[in-house]
Amino acid sequence: MANSTTAKTKAVEPAQSASMMAVIAPAVGWLIPGAGHLIQRRWIRGLLLLISIGTLFLLGLLMQGHIYKANGGDILDILGFIGDLGAGGMYIATLAMNAGQGAIAFAIADYGTKFMIVAGLLNFIAVADAYHIAIGKKQ
Amino acid sequence: MTVQLTHFSAAFVFALFASIVFGITHRETTREMVRYGLKCFAMFLGGALAAGWAMWLVRR
Repeated sequence: MANSTTAKTKAVEPAQSASMMAVIAPAVGWLIPGAGHLIQRRWIRGLLLLISIGTLFLLGLLMQGHIYKANGGDILDILGFIGDLGAGGMYIATLAMNAGQGAIAFAIADYGTKFMIVAGLLNFIAVADAYHIAIGKKQ
Repeated sequence: MTVQLTHFSAAFVFALFASIVFGITHRETTREMVRYGLKCFAMFLGGALAAGWAMWLVRR
């Protein structure tokens, strides 16, 4: 009797842990790019994602890129906001510092704007990947 | 502080980082990740160069 209870507890524990990780990993991964992989001990993948997405976003900002806020206007502005939002913590920090508010006055600034949007979109993919690892769909 | 990239270096940086993320997220094993990342990088940069030359031809 005691043995069967212990066996059930052992079986339930990994399932609960996996379901918790399936929520925590994407959330942390959205806030800090690559962190969803890092908390699942995928060190190299996590660091590469952090460096790639972080550098792309930071370069976009340094290239005088524009960051979009929540808006209900032009469809491209809405899509820009959705892309930027993917960068999670970096997007929030950028808004808090009131950075990336300039007008897109030259080509490089436009590239910078796209860099930040793409960094956010790549982070969405990284979040989905962290979720797949958490549910055991991917190693 | 601002960064001024040329058109080519901007395309290079974009291709590099996007390829790394694509490689990691779209494949299972390390070997496949590296191969797919390199393929994406070549396609990104090759596509940009091809489009550039195509526009040059159209302009003539």
